[in-house]
Amino acid sequence: MREIRYETIVREVAEMCKAANYELGEDVITAFRKALRAERSETARDVLDQLVRNAELAAEMRMPTCQDTGVAVFFVELGADCRVVGGLLQDAICEGVRKGYGEGLLRASMVGHPLRRVNTGDNTPAIIHLELVEGDRLTMHMSAKGGGSENMSALRMLKPADGWDGVKGFVLDTVRKAGPNACPPLVVGIGIGGNFETCAILAKRSLFRPIGERHADPEIAALENELLEEINRLGIGPQGLGGDTTALDVRIETHPCHIAALPVAVNLNCHASRHRTVVL
Amino acid sequence: MGVVHIRTPLDEESVLSLKAGDRVLLSGTVYAARDAAHKRMSEMIDKGEPLPIPLQGQVIYYVGPSPAAPGQVIGAAGPTTSGRMDKYTPALLALGLKGMIGKGYRDEEVVKAIARHKAVYFAATGGAGALLASRIRKNETIAFEDLGPEAIRKLEVEEFPLIVINDAYGNDYYRQIAYRAD
Repeated sequence: MREIRYETIVREVAEMCKAANYELGEDVITAFRKALRAERSETARDVLDQLVRNAELAAEMRMPTCQDTGVAVFFVELGADCRVVGGLLQDAICEGVRKGYGEGLLRASMVGHPLRRVNTGDNTPAIIHLELVEGDRLTMHMSAKGGGSENMSALRMLKPADGWDGVKGFVLDTVRKAGPNACPPLVVGIGIGGNFETCAILAKRSLFRPIGERHADPEIAALENELLEEINRLGIGPQGLGGDTTALDVRIETHPCHIAALPVAVNLNCHASRHRTVVL
Repeated sequence: MGVVHIRTPLDEESVLSLKAGDRVLLSGTVYAARDAAHKRMSEMIDKGEPLPIPLQGQVIYYVGPSPAAPGQVIGAAGPTTSGRMDKYTPALLALGLKGMIGKGYRDEEVVKAIARHKAVYFAATGGAGALLASRIRKNETIAFEDLGPEAIRKLEVEEFPLIVINDAYGNDYYRQIAYRAD
């Protein structure tokens, strides 16, 4: 049984929180540059240029790229032959978030109760989804998930008869209603199937894929490409000011579901798409 | 495309000169306030209490910055989504607020109130936290310090790059781009 120390997890989580917020992913910068080459609208190119420039300035000025440093969301895979010593895994993750958001001068963006709304002061608690897997590793995937994109996300329980057309319609509707609000260009995560709650988790999990990576199943990959094209035909553009680049990427995850159900969840991510992974 | 230089406080002439789609560089004082501060101000208005900021001719920036490092004027300071403040906005416009900066669309009631009270709503680039912070020269917390990132701040901005979304004539630039779902 391999042991992983509580303190190690705290340290690694803190570093992930800072890295996610200070440096845009390579896949994001590549996607911006690709979009800039293809974009026909001058306004859209101007916005994309500003976003590239912002990432450079953030590094020069030593600040996060965006002030909404987000909720800290974790998907964790704990190997069956691995155990955490010195404390509970979820406590270690929360302490890591407290440390990373404190040291990293990241914003405290959590309220302790949705109705009473008093800021917790340290961006905890983290939101953690835990899965037991084979092996002796602890893998932690982190997303700094901002409020703007999250607020324009949606879930609907479609009927099986609605089919792929129904799914597509709902996704396009969601992106259309979001308009400028979720800071396009977007990364669109879609969960199809599962239960009411698993559907949403699938959509969130799908956001962790690097931009440009297609589903392993070629049929689903084709649907991802089809949706990306149709979303970009909406013409919403960067910051909703018009253009060809409404979404940088679309990804779909599926799961078995009830014979009476076709749940669909659309979890939008803004262009920052802040994700980090560490394997311990 | 031409750019207009505008200073705060906004007088009627400045406001009426702006049209949806105009590119603006704004300089002067703006007040940072978002969800929690707007709720408190709304309650103060209902109780007839004086507000912690002047409104006449002033501009509110919907922002909750990340903490500043030593030596920094402000942390990352891009706009938050304006629609969440829609509920509180007509009352502030009625009391003389002339400008708002944020990102995303406003609801119909706010668009009408902006025209009725002759004000203007600007969008700043969402996610451009460092770029926008680089145009902020002064940052002072002046009210509701207990709200942390949601406190009211008095900011001095210099050539803050904005686009007019809603003007005093009832126009909406996002709608003019003609894709928005209703």
